[in-house]
Amino acid sequence: MSSPVGSSYARLDGEPVLALRGISKRFGAVQALTDVELEVHKGEVVALVGDNGAGKSTVVKAIAGVHPIDEGQIEWDGRPVSIHRPQDSQHLGVATVYQDLALADNLDVVANLFLGRELTKNGTLDEVGMEKQAQELLDTLSIRIPSVRIPVASLSGGQRQVVAIARSLIGNPKVVILDEPTAALGVEQTAQVLDLVERLRGRDLGVILISHNMVDVRAVADTVAVLRLGRNNGTFPVQQTTQETIIAAITGATDNAVTRRAARGAQRPEGEA
Amino acid sequence: MSTPPTPPSDPSDPGRYSGQGAGGVPGQDISGFNPLEPPHGIDPTPAAAVAPPVDPRLLVRQEGFRGYLDEFKRKVRGGELGSLPVVIGLVIIWLIFSLQNSQYFTAANAEFIAYYMVGLGMLAVGLVFVLLLGEIDLSVGSVSGLAAAIYAVLSVEHHWNAWLAVIITLLTGAAIGALQGTIFAKIGVPAFVVTLAGFLGWQGFMLWLLGSTGTINLENKGLNALFSGNSYFLGGQIIGAYLLAIIAVVGFAAGIFTQQRRRKAAGVPYRPTVELLARTAVLAIGAFLVAYVLNQASGVPNNVVIFLALLVICDFVLRRTTYGRKIFAVGGNIEASRRAGISVPMVRISVYAISGTFAALGGLAIAATTNAAGQAGADPNNLMMAIAAAVIGGTSLFGGRGRVWSALLGILVIESINAGLFMLGLTLDIQYMITGAVLLAAVVVDSLSRRTQKSSGRA
Repeated sequence: MSSPVGSSYARLDGEPVLALRGISKRFGAVQALTDVELEVHKGEVVALVGDNGAGKSTVVKAIAGVHPIDEGQIEWDGRPVSIHRPQDSQHLGVATVYQDLALADNLDVVANLFLGRELTKNGTLDEVGMEKQAQELLDTLSIRIPSVRIPVASLSGGQRQVVAIARSLIGNPKVVILDEPTAALGVEQTAQVLDLVERLRGRDLGVILISHNMVDVRAVADTVAVLRLGRNNGTFPVQQTTQETIIAAITGATDNAVTRRAARGAQRPEGEA
Repeated sequence: MSTPPTPPSDPSDPGRYSGQGAGGVPGQDISGFNPLEPPHGIDPTPAAAVAPPVDPRLLVRQEGFRGYLDEFKRKVRGGELGSLPVVIGLVIIWLIFSLQNSQYFTAANAEFIAYYMVGLGMLAVGLVFVLLLGEIDLSVGSVSGLAAAIYAVLSVEHHWNAWLAVIITLLTGAAIGALQGTIFAKIGVPAFVVTLAGFLGWQGFMLWLLGSTGTINLENKGLNALFSGNSYFLGGQIIGAYLLAIIAVVGFAAGIFTQQRRRKAAGVPYRPTVELLARTAVLAIGAFLVAYVLNQASGVPNNVVIFLALLVICDFVLRRTTYGRKIFAVGGNIEASRRAGISVPMVRISVYAISGTFAALGGLAIAATTNAAGQAGADPNNLMMAIAAAVIGGTSLFGGRGRVWSALLGILVIESINAGLFMLGLTLDIQYMITGAVLLAAVVVDSLSRRTQKSSGRA
């Protein structure tokens, strides 16, 4: 399906950094994904939305290498690549922040940021170097936490989420996938996370944001890709699209005349892929 | 220490924390966490010098002694008791037994406690590693008995070189641990069950090895000679104990001052010099006091020297190496560790191998105290004592929190009680009941402090 977005976003230069071309995935008798297309450019926030069971998580897991795809192609900088294991995805430069935060509560912020990638000096942990880099990273992202030396357990939900996102940046990725980063967060913490998403875009990263919250999506996303029952159901530029249109695409049907008319108007041209 | 002024509400973000009013009032625990307390095993740094942007809710430590007192109170209320309950408990134990028996508070008894704590203490060190993963190893008592039997058979019955026999024994311990760890990590059998099977199985193997005689007397050579009761550091000369104290104090001071210099150079928060001097002074007083007391008796037993050296090495491995960080990470969150690329099975298997090695070493130390490997070597009581020691010392049963020094503290408590009960001539039944009660008390303190930590957002 050709994206109606490309032309309206001239600043997204040329080739997408990551593109899914007609990928399909089956789990036993269930066809989880059918011919799904998705493009992410440098400095673009793509919101991946859809109802429960629409296949959002499966798409993310396909990119992250948790579930290898059955058919279709994943392109990285225009080259076809194969992603079979999480390591493949990490080596390409994809960082995934999962919904259930992958932080160790008993370790402090520095230890969590560098977990599995610790800096060493003469065979021992370079705590000073790690602390300095951690502080610099958090400063450039304007992340506010009381200290980089407190255990993650004592951080609030929002602070933990931003630490988890900051952690994904340690390996200098090109694409960051955020799986429901604002679920279960309060107003202020959600704002913190959304601010951070914008700063990721400012650093020219491609961001795939999974969210159920239309307000969040409209606040930070450039493009909304809707999945419905494992298929693409439209890709919309956020600026030129009403919320009703997106919601109609998500649900596939609406129950009042106004939204139905709006949905029809918006959806017909792009159609059911 | 130097304390920056209370940070004002961030002007760039008006109203963000407006609900907090005068945020950051010291002593007023608004947010429920105490950012000044470093986690176990990590370099503590004064959060008061955190680089901007500073969270206005951050509690800053007040100037001088008052600040330390406030921080201390906050920690206790937050369930971060650290070594405090153990030290208090130890003082109470010494006080009670000293009142009961005038012979208790003597240099000879201190030396008795120091010498006899080593064997069980080594089992406890291995258990600290396992407990950090949030698991348990019930086989250490049996493995220690088996190790003594293997050593005795090899060195006495087969006349092997004593040191070669020691190496084979320790490797056997490591292999047993690795085997149990593999069954746990790769097949997925709960560690409790695997090591319970080991508890029975290895004890049976030991009895089979010892055969009909039941006891093999050891020869005074190799490691056994070092572990024996009449082997003292530098032959028990007065200078020996003080030399050890000097090494400990100088090494400690060099470590913390080097660290302060490096942190200063890198521009990250560091501890003030006064605090470092105070810490060094406290250690120096303790070390020289112990050296003096032990010199009043016969000197520092060599097995204590080996034990302390192993504690220092283990502490270094846990706090300063990537491997140690992995152990803490797996103990804290298995899924996070896996996603961070840590091989969880390898960490588990290696930790059980370490536990098995320390069990074997502890077995050799225990056998050396009686100079014989016998059926009593696998006394199930040893297992309970070792677990009790690790937990009493402050290593959490829930994983991810603890230090190897807790093995030393805990075994001091256990041996102090044992020595006292022995001196009072109490029978085994009373001893078991008291030790059981102490273990229960330690676990209750652990669970309570964990609950309090949770409710103050620190667990």
